[in-house]
Amino acid sequence: MKLNTNPNIENPDDFYEMLIEFHRNLSDEESIKANAKLVLLLANHIGDRDVIAEAMAIAAPKTETA
Amino acid sequence: MLQTYRYTEHSHRVSGDQKSEKTAHHPVVIVGGGPVGLTAAIDLRLKGVPVVLLNRATTVSVGSRAVCYSKRALEIWDRLGCAEGMIEKGVAWKTGRLFNGEREIFNFDLLPEPGHKIPAFINLQQYHLEDILIDRATELGADIRWQEEVVGIDPAADRVVLNVSTPSGNYAVAADWIIAADGAKSTIRDFLGLEFFGQVFKDRFLITDVVMKNDFPPERWFWFDPPFNPGRSALLHKQSDDLWRIDFQLGWDADPEEEMKPERVKPRLKAMLGDNVDFEIEWVSVYTYQCRRLERFRHGRILFAGDSAHQVSPFGARGANSGVQDTDNLIWKLKLVIDRLAPDSLLDSYDDERVAAADINLMNSTRSTDFIVPKSAMSRVFRDSVLELAQDHAFARPLINSGRLSLPATYGSSPLNTPDETSFNRGPTSGAPCPDVPVTAADGKADWLLNRFGNDFTLLFLGPAENRTIKGCKSVIVGQDVFDTDGLIKERYDGDKNAVYLIRPDQHVAGRWKKFDPAAIEAALKKAKGR
Repeated sequence: MKLNTNPNIENPDDFYEMLIEFHRNLSDEESIKANAKLVLLLANHIGDRDVIAEAMAIAAPKTETA
Repeated sequence: MLQTYRYTEHSHRVSGDQKSEKTAHHPVVIVGGGPVGLTAAIDLRLKGVPVVLLNRATTVSVGSRAVCYSKRALEIWDRLGCAEGMIEKGVAWKTGRLFNGEREIFNFDLLPEPGHKIPAFINLQQYHLEDILIDRATELGADIRWQEEVVGIDPAADRVVLNVSTPSGNYAVAADWIIAADGAKSTIRDFLGLEFFGQVFKDRFLITDVVMKNDFPPERWFWFDPPFNPGRSALLHKQSDDLWRIDFQLGWDADPEEEMKPERVKPRLKAMLGDNVDFEIEWVSVYTYQCRRLERFRHGRILFAGDSAHQVSPFGARGANSGVQDTDNLIWKLKLVIDRLAPDSLLDSYDDERVAAADINLMNSTRSTDFIVPKSAMSRVFRDSVLELAQDHAFARPLINSGRLSLPATYGSSPLNTPDETSFNRGPTSGAPCPDVPVTAADGKADWLLNRFGNDFTLLFLGPAENRTIKGCKSVIVGQDVFDTDGLIKERYDGDKNAVYLIRPDQHVAGRWKKFDPAAIEAALKKAKGR
């Protein structure tokens, strides 16, 4: 796997607060759009389609196996 | 009525001050007999300062309230000669487990490094802790006045007069210094009309102390969205005497009176513990919480410490633990000021250092609260996503915040610090608390380095130090007074045998040097005393 799923952010609490702050005072609709733009920007920064595909596979809703 | 603990009623005794026609005058009067006030009393007595402590209660803390005491608070109590009984009576733990729904996400170890005298945490009911502190304060000659309440205060430039109400009438008492350790609802704060800034959190928590005999391990278990409290959180902690602390998040709309009824609490506990566990409810209460502080902790001759100065959420063991660090910081400074060995402006550094520490506690406490109780729909989506990802993906685990358990404060930007002139590869920097190290004493017995620090300024020489002394400092010389048998002084301080640390009476570093430089050390000592 090329995607790094180990901790990679220096101060996780600072990051998490930044993320929640980013959405403060946004409507649900604005938040969804802001998240979409964030995904697009970060995906472009990563550039590697394999990495993005691996992240998508983890992020996708889990389908119940019968 | 508790099964596991019997309260002693402390009767009121009429003091000489009350009988006297003249207003008695004391160097220090402490208001409040909780862990913070009592710790301040012990520290002052050990430094030879007479202490009057006014406690409006008739007994120690009713219900167990504070439970979790951190390594740093215990190190302070160890310096004061009363940690042993706490550790013996308490439940030592270091493992935390996190659950999402029914599944364990992961667990963590809070003391990953061996070679420390004091455990990462102990859990102990507040009344047991207070009993130990009262015994120690009394043995040292503190004048604890039960059932005495401050009903008025007159702060003057040269002294403060308190009006005290007792079961047998009122009297006035004056002091040079007042330590206001009278809790989150501080009356001293109200009398002075001081604002307590911050945030109220819209949630309610049910806490219960439950007696049960079982073989659950002594660990901190935290659940997000457990089947027995869907959509909310729960926490389980072991205390001494087979007593367990269980917290349930209730939500803001819950009716506290209703939720405290045994017919509501019992089914909750049964759902959590299963039908086969026998338990008895010892204590129940519902609380809300706030994160706020005073703008300044020093107001002339009145010094606020503990919850009267800053109030945090209960997640992360930051209440009593930070209050005890307040007094640890304050008392040595107050002693120097009382003895006229330092200007009273030294007490402003109490403000600088402990306000900064309170802000870190408030920040962490607020962050935990925001994770446990998300305040917006998007915040909840992120929270739930982190929890889902954490099961299989390591990166998400450090993002989970069920309470960041408190680490000792480092006074990094204190005006008392002398910054490093030459770079050190490791070891505590100026303002940081000294790490403990197992050592061998000169008599060959196993000992701990921290036992050698505190109460006075100390120079720690990492190697031979013949004819090297500084007036007003005691010396601890590695290779003479203590031996670094396990090589851990080298690891936790520095490998350089010429290095010297100047350590404050509260075991925090004031400065350090790669070689003995008497002029630099004397200047740093002066600076650390606020001159």
